[in-house]
Amino acid sequence: MSEEQASEAVAPILDAVRQAVAEAAPLEIVGAGTKRGIGRPVDATGRLDLTGLTGIDLYEPAELVLRAGAGTPLAEIEAAAAANRQQLSFEPPDFGPLYGGEAGRQTIGGVIACNLAGPRRVQAGAARDHFLGVDAVSGRGEVFKAGGRVVKNVTGYDLCKLLAGSHGTLAVMTRITVKVLPAPEKIRTVMVLGLSDEAAGAAMRAAMGSPYEVSGAAHLPTAIAGESPVDMVRDAGGAVTLIRVEGPGPSVEARAESLHAMLAEFGGTEELHSSRSMALWRHLRDAAVFAAETARPLWRVSLPPSTGAGFAARVAAAGPLRHCFDWAGGLVWLELPDEGDRAKASLVRAAAAEAGGHALLMRASPDLRAEAPAFHPPSLGRAALSARIKEAFDPCGILNPGRMYPKG
Amino acid sequence: MQMPEPDRSVQDRAPEILRGLREILAGEAVIAGETELRAYECDGLTAYKALPMAVVLPSTTAEVAAVLRFCRSQGVKVVPRGAGTSLSGGTLPLVDGIILGLGKFKEILDVDFENRCAVVQPGVTNLAISQAVEHEGFYYAPDPSSQIACSIGGNVAENAGGVHCLKYGVTTNNLLGVEFVTMEGEVLRIGGKALDAEGYDLLGIVTGSEGLLGVITEVTVRLLRKPETARAVLIGFPSNEQAGDCVAKVIGAGIIPGGMEMMDKLAIRATEDFVHAGYPLDVEALLIVELDGPKAEVDYLIEKVTDIASACGAVYSRTSETEAERLTFWAGRKAAFPAIGRISPDYLCMDGTIPRHRLPEVLTRMAELSEKHGLRVANVFHAGDGNLHPLILYDANAPEELEKAEDFGADILRLCVEVGGVLTGEHGVGVEKRDLMPAMFSEEDLKQQQRVKCAFDPDGLLNPGKVFPLLHRCAELGRMHIHRGRMPFPDLPRF
Repeated sequence: MSEEQASEAVAPILDAVRQAVAEAAPLEIVGAGTKRGIGRPVDATGRLDLTGLTGIDLYEPAELVLRAGAGTPLAEIEAAAAANRQQLSFEPPDFGPLYGGEAGRQTIGGVIACNLAGPRRVQAGAARDHFLGVDAVSGRGEVFKAGGRVVKNVTGYDLCKLLAGSHGTLAVMTRITVKVLPAPEKIRTVMVLGLSDEAAGAAMRAAMGSPYEVSGAAHLPTAIAGESPVDMVRDAGGAVTLIRVEGPGPSVEARAESLHAMLAEFGGTEELHSSRSMALWRHLRDAAVFAAETARPLWRVSLPPSTGAGFAARVAAAGPLRHCFDWAGGLVWLELPDEGDRAKASLVRAAAAEAGGHALLMRASPDLRAEAPAFHPPSLGRAALSARIKEAFDPCGILNPGRMYPKG
Repeated sequence: MQMPEPDRSVQDRAPEILRGLREILAGEAVIAGETELRAYECDGLTAYKALPMAVVLPSTTAEVAAVLRFCRSQGVKVVPRGAGTSLSGGTLPLVDGIILGLGKFKEILDVDFENRCAVVQPGVTNLAISQAVEHEGFYYAPDPSSQIACSIGGNVAENAGGVHCLKYGVTTNNLLGVEFVTMEGEVLRIGGKALDAEGYDLLGIVTGSEGLLGVITEVTVRLLRKPETARAVLIGFPSNEQAGDCVAKVIGAGIIPGGMEMMDKLAIRATEDFVHAGYPLDVEALLIVELDGPKAEVDYLIEKVTDIASACGAVYSRTSETEAERLTFWAGRKAAFPAIGRISPDYLCMDGTIPRHRLPEVLTRMAELSEKHGLRVANVFHAGDGNLHPLILYDANAPEELEKAEDFGADILRLCVEVGGVLTGEHGVGVEKRDLMPAMFSEEDLKQQQRVKCAFDPDGLLNPGKVFPLLHRCAELGRMHIHRGRMPFPDLPRF
């Protein structure tokens, strides 16, 4: 790639990293800082703020690519894409309010670094699947790039994949290239009413296995449905299972109709049109129902979809909780009443592992995040390999030390 | 092609190494006779050949681990191999190394429709996965042209693509987990049936690592429900510019077709003569656009696409009315490589990707290069994602033609990078594009990639000589001179 990132933008970042290396003074890497509550508390003496790295420097809608400084507000990118009837199809969630912050402040760098995706994950993939290229500064104080600015590329190792979800522990990303895709013309949501977690799981999996190109499958048990911002969900008077279809008008109508017919065997069905659907899925995407009580521990558990309901039941048997399902049962949100019962963390973790998945302690006090710990503990082999990868990028351990694991 | 200097001390110990391998594996699983070894001397990139010291064919993960542990202890290089269909020389043998073939890993272990995934061994062919699940209406999406033969393990190693990847993604977007064995003989399981993996994305880095990081022994793939219908339309244009413009406008209209392929005049004529797919011969460029999905959507979008095409100056348009007709449209495109093989004794297939709007300029300059090198070039093109497959026609028996063809190919790939593209969209770097890597990456970029290699394989024994033009020793790559309080970068401008 001949188009280097402007050196006056990168130089201060490079300088700060090199200085941190020289002084053995670890840095906390932050964009807007909306997700600082994810992971273990960082053991850093300084802070490297990337919010100065702003601006979309390349956007070619017909090529489906957009490139921007890592500190560019996601809202700016989403607005630019929307003006061309495009979008980031992995549906990046906004978790700012889960930690008591404002909505709408996060940066593209933060979204990619945490590899966060919303309900469309089941169809379109995660953030990492839309992350095409990167310019970065390693913990060695060296500028490097990986990937490219075209949608199809297998040249060299896919370092973008490693950086997505590395929570700033491997390199400081300074510029990011992502894939943008057409935004759907129309959205409809088919609701199935009154299902148990178990039955809802079966309904969601049936919908996902259908040829109707479902782009979201979630289940809200009674208590959660009752707090929905969308009247038809709130007033349903029980649990609500939600199946979303998106696309060109005639296609969406035909598919919604087919889904009604298919899902009738599970329970009564209703339908939400575009504006209600948008509000509903945005609320789900952001796990906004858990933003009211920010002191309560919150878990985000990724599992084989068919095990979701059983997993939730197992944790529920040990005491009260609030929970809901996304990704057709493959993502379970669990909110516990308080941190009093420390053994609960091990229970969540053990139940997740047994189901073939893993649990992220998404929100808790710094003490509990260090102790539990926040990220699912890796196997010995994985831990050793991950430590060597950390060393390959950041041999002095100056980038977000401790964020993911005690030593990395 | 310069390969790493063979290690004489290893070659001298060949009998001893063979004995060691035979202690791990039963008789016929270790191949060392010259005639039998010939079958493994090259892969899909037939221009390069070498005879390995031995070929081993383990049947279990434990055997793979034992072979790797043994080779590491003996300093023996290992080249993993699936079906050997690599087009970039990814499994070119080393004379001081062994080939570790995964051909005996042929089981489909688990098909899980509830969770829409399948767990398979790496030697299962790409197509066999789709065939094993089609009775329930499912399939595995990435479809490289070699899908009858290529193995899923090789697909993972190369991050294989196919004609449908604009809409459905390449291999890396369709995997949930792998089991792989490191050069140390350690077995690691990454991911599983959950969508998101934990920790660093090791699955993401191993995918497309071209056999340099580990040996894949099990793969969990995502399954998709087959689209209700698919229809294709053939569209002919009087110029490449107009065809390129049409592709941009289709995507600009918010349509992501299941497949969108382009062929130039030479490719159209060669395939039509070979397959008789009914392609128009009086056009400069031909597009095949396939729409798939619910019937209502396909009918609606086909009309939109044909409208866009006429507005772009299409002079020919034909929409498939039956499944047989749709398959005939594709038969030509899918036979494009062998069709070129009929009009030229040999051809080299290139694989660069470009930002699509640079296509007219790239084609013009490619024609100039064709003139300069005195060799013909035909173009087939995954138009939707900008992945070019220029086929350079040459005759390996004519003196220096291979070298000329390679020079021509290198010029094309440098051109791709110059306009903002990349060296390879889906075939991998291997040995073929290895020495061009500096056209795209700086020394620092390549060193950072190699440091990742060192994290997996510190002795550099797994598939060396591929991907990286210059091999650095890991100790050298890791070195950093830092003393507390003293700047390691004295020439740094201060702010």
